[in-house]
Amino acid sequence: MHHMTLTELAKGLKAGDFSSRELTSSLLDRIERLDGDINSFISITRDRALSAADAADQARAKGESRPLAGLPLAIKDIFCTQGIRTSCGSKMLDNFQAPYNATVVEKLEAAGMISLGKTNMDEFAMGSSNENSFYGPVKNPWDRTAVPGGSSGGSAAAVAAGFAPAALGTDTGGSIRQPAAFCGITGLKPTYGRVSRYGMIAFASSLDQGGPMARSAEDCAHLLGAIAGHDLRDSTSVARVVPDYLAELDTPLAGLKIGLPKEYFGDGLDAEVESAIRDAIKVYESLGAKVCEVSLPHTHLAVPAYYVIAPAEASSNLSRYDGVRFGHRCENPVDLEDLYKRSRAEGFGDEVKRRILIGTHTLSEGFFDAYYRKAQQVRRLIRQDFMDAFEEVDVLMGPAAPTPAFDLGAKKDPVSMYLQDIYTIAINLAGIPGISVPAGFAGKRPIGLQILGKHFAESQLLNVAHQFQQATDWHRRHPSDQETT
Amino acid sequence: MQWETVIGLEVHVQLATQSKIFSGASTAFGAEPNTQACAIDLGLPGVLPVLNEGAVAMAVQFGLAIDAEIPETSLFERKNYFYPDLPKGYQTSQMAQPIVGKGEVELVLDDDVRKRVRIHHAHLEEDAGKSLHELFSNSRGHGMSGIDLNRAGTPLLEIVSEPDMRSAKEAVAYIRAIHAIVTYLRISDGNMAEGSLRCDVNVSVRPKGQETLGTRAEIKNVNSFRFVERAIEFEVERQIELIEDGGKVVQETRLYDPDQDETRSMRTKEEANDYRYFPCPDLLPVMLDSAYIEHQRSTLPELPTQKRNRFETSLGLSVYDAGVLSATRPTAEYFEAVLAVCGDAKQAANWVQGELSAHLNRENIDIANSPVTPEQLGGLIQRVLDDTINGKAAKQVFAALWNNEGASADEIIDTRGLKQVTDTGAIEAMIDQVIADSPVQVAQYRDADPEKRGKMIGYFVGQVMKASRGTANPQQVNGLLKQKLDEA
Amino acid sequence: MAIEHADVLRAAHLARLGLNSDAEAAGYVDDLTQILEMVDRLQAVNTDGVAPLSHPLDATQRLRADEVTETNQRETFQACAPETAEGLYLVPRVVE
Repeated sequence: MHHMTLTELAKGLKAGDFSSRELTSSLLDRIERLDGDINSFISITRDRALSAADAADQARAKGESRPLAGLPLAIKDIFCTQGIRTSCGSKMLDNFQAPYNATVVEKLEAAGMISLGKTNMDEFAMGSSNENSFYGPVKNPWDRTAVPGGSSGGSAAAVAAGFAPAALGTDTGGSIRQPAAFCGITGLKPTYGRVSRYGMIAFASSLDQGGPMARSAEDCAHLLGAIAGHDLRDSTSVARVVPDYLAELDTPLAGLKIGLPKEYFGDGLDAEVESAIRDAIKVYESLGAKVCEVSLPHTHLAVPAYYVIAPAEASSNLSRYDGVRFGHRCENPVDLEDLYKRSRAEGFGDEVKRRILIGTHTLSEGFFDAYYRKAQQVRRLIRQDFMDAFEEVDVLMGPAAPTPAFDLGAKKDPVSMYLQDIYTIAINLAGIPGISVPAGFAGKRPIGLQILGKHFAESQLLNVAHQFQQATDWHRRHPSDQETT
Repeated sequence: MQWETVIGLEVHVQLATQSKIFSGASTAFGAEPNTQACAIDLGLPGVLPVLNEGAVAMAVQFGLAIDAEIPETSLFERKNYFYPDLPKGYQTSQMAQPIVGKGEVELVLDDDVRKRVRIHHAHLEEDAGKSLHELFSNSRGHGMSGIDLNRAGTPLLEIVSEPDMRSAKEAVAYIRAIHAIVTYLRISDGNMAEGSLRCDVNVSVRPKGQETLGTRAEIKNVNSFRFVERAIEFEVERQIELIEDGGKVVQETRLYDPDQDETRSMRTKEEANDYRYFPCPDLLPVMLDSAYIEHQRSTLPELPTQKRNRFETSLGLSVYDAGVLSATRPTAEYFEAVLAVCGDAKQAANWVQGELSAHLNRENIDIANSPVTPEQLGGLIQRVLDDTINGKAAKQVFAALWNNEGASADEIIDTRGLKQVTDTGAIEAMIDQVIADSPVQVAQYRDADPEKRGKMIGYFVGQVMKASRGTANPQQVNGLLKQKLDEA
Repeated sequence: MAIEHADVLRAAHLARLGLNSDAEAAGYVDDLTQILEMVDRLQAVNTDGVAPLSHPLDATQRLRADEVTETNQRETFQACAPETAEGLYLVPRVVE
């Protein structure tokens, strides 16, 4: 039961093999027993989860049949949940109980899904290893000496460790796809604007996007269908019909045109990762797909552009944490300046401060044009690269990350950490969707294949990923309980 | 040396929307602290702004009213700075691409001199909250300020002029013109006491004839017409004295203190501000197509200057009357409603500015709430014009209408028998009676020199009018009396 | 473009981030120097005539009807506030 997909669990609930309460309570027990070391959860909401499970069981007994009703999941602690601590992985919000629910949380509740708790993450989603959390690092369930990736490291680890069949993550520069790859699960970053950002604590507003992390593309399709859609409370959310993401899963791939961006197979790509990705491409060829090389010539500028745009937006988004209306406040401020400076110095961790400083500096007088404006221009060039490539091919494929999960504590300097996101960051700048699917191992550590599509091509991405998962079983592997104990 | 004053103004107009610019919280004035500050206004984590169509419509209407260009695309940006009344640590505002481009406002100065002031642009932004400095103390007894965020997020239209004004009087005339436009458009209540219209005044001086501008001081938050005039006068004098004494004007922000009647430098430890403007990533570009703009244009009322000009040229009113009657939209609308009933602009103007205005002032009532409706006043003027009543009776009728003692002038004239008597026979009968009752006065009159008789006749007119209870036509009485007294 | 100690202090002040020591500031100078060196790769590309891109989709702002939809939730919102009195948020005295 702990490693079944949502689709399988839904069948089990329907068949009466187990109740939602049994399922939920078994997962909660497992979390209690095993998460101490992995540290994938910040808050566990046992009582709420069990009463929601009871409600789902009762509704089912009365003949109700919402497809996701009674199924548990975990929620990244960046989504506001009414009456429950929403910390964003930060000391700043350690005492913050959101007075409202994020739109996606409301939608999942409306679908009858049950939240087990809030998952660990890099503080304010800034990081690629989940080592930047006020609540401590998360360990990779496949190898406890490795990071789970970040920033949605807690969500990825919880799914891999058999604590939750699925989880919600967010992705600003790879924060769903890279941890999904490191933890051997499937993670989808939807098109920017596809999923509401209301109630999702902002890191970089023009890049942030919430999405599903689960054990299969099919499960991601279920979840995306539940959380996608236009939200009147989010100006950047897109008014566009949400298709049935399950409808195209079984479409055969014969004739599919796959592009391999040559820039995604260059220097710095780990040999084992490359070989796993090339093997995965061969699987696609065997399914009838046509493969060709394409070029995304501005790829090398994606990380530099991102580290101007994301910190600039973040520096402004994080100004609201000032110790006045909510959140951490320093003891005995002597004056207003002291209140601001100490509350923020105490409430934020190093990486957050670093990004606030870069963002503040690059937006300030005399630097704006050289940095911010330039980065926004390069952003257009990067988006154009993808548009040009999609003139020739249907989807792009490559590695989700240049290496498998690295060791905890291995990356000391910020730039080497930032370069982890070299294959994921451009996707956020362009706003297109991307999915990471398990495609092999380097030793104990999983490898993820990244598939990219045009704006709003989620159905196609899910189809392409699902067909791969019909032909392979990488996504069915899970760390053995010895490794998880 | 001859000095020239140069003034530019930034006027912040609170727009009269129901809800805030980016949230659905109410903008009503005077609520209990923080009861109208929703999660968006408070800048709680995760919440997002959505732009209010009402604020956009009002800004566009203002732009059209000053003949400004309305760009197809405008952008919201963030102005970043920390202050307790600014919950998000940035103000959502517009800089590079404001919603209203260059325009022009016409001022009417003394003696009907007209002057055009160029508007640089007008932009939408959110208002901040308020800091209250009454002494609060925390558990350790430290002095604390209280923050009320009810006002945070109220839409503001900031109207930025070019430095085209040359005196305090012109500056005041400019603010009055802006006030008239926004209240005519009903996009603001214009209530300066409640902060609905706030001015930042940029003042500099330069030797007459010099091209380049002097260094300016910005006087913040001057919130009445009178204070604007006083603050500028003080500041101009201060700057001239300073320069003549060999000093230099520093570019700085100053505050006007109405109690001391002076401006003071805002002692600020703050380094030069660096607001780090950048496009707000939570809001998208605002696109306004020509259909939308034309629709807004179709809603525009006749504007103050247009009205004033029409009152002068088409209605033949004096410069003064046209100015007074077009000064506010309620006055103009009242006047025009009276005119629509009575058809005589001069009479309508006299009554609105005379009897009506005196009554309103005496009881401090707004013209919009006048107890005498324009229809009633128009009806009354009609009866004066067709000689049904004389002027004296008309004032009685007006007083009765004011006190709600009748539904219309006609009803009051009827019930009180105030209809003017013009029947010669009836008047002659009254005259005969008066002559018969006043033998002494008649004898004196007839003995007097003809040139002195003119004065003496007044007594008889008064007696006849009294006998008629004021209803006899005074001209007829006069003529007939002369005949009768002189004929013997 | 190099970043100086003074730039870091200035950014920290603008961002109201207290720095505890010179050593802490120096650490940020090193980090930011590295990051900005990486960012400076942007300068090599010619972007003449390229319009800046703020949002990945070419969407435009939707407008909300001017209606009051919020009710008073002061108590709920102030439940998470560090210090309030008489419905006001308290801060150390603001000097004007």
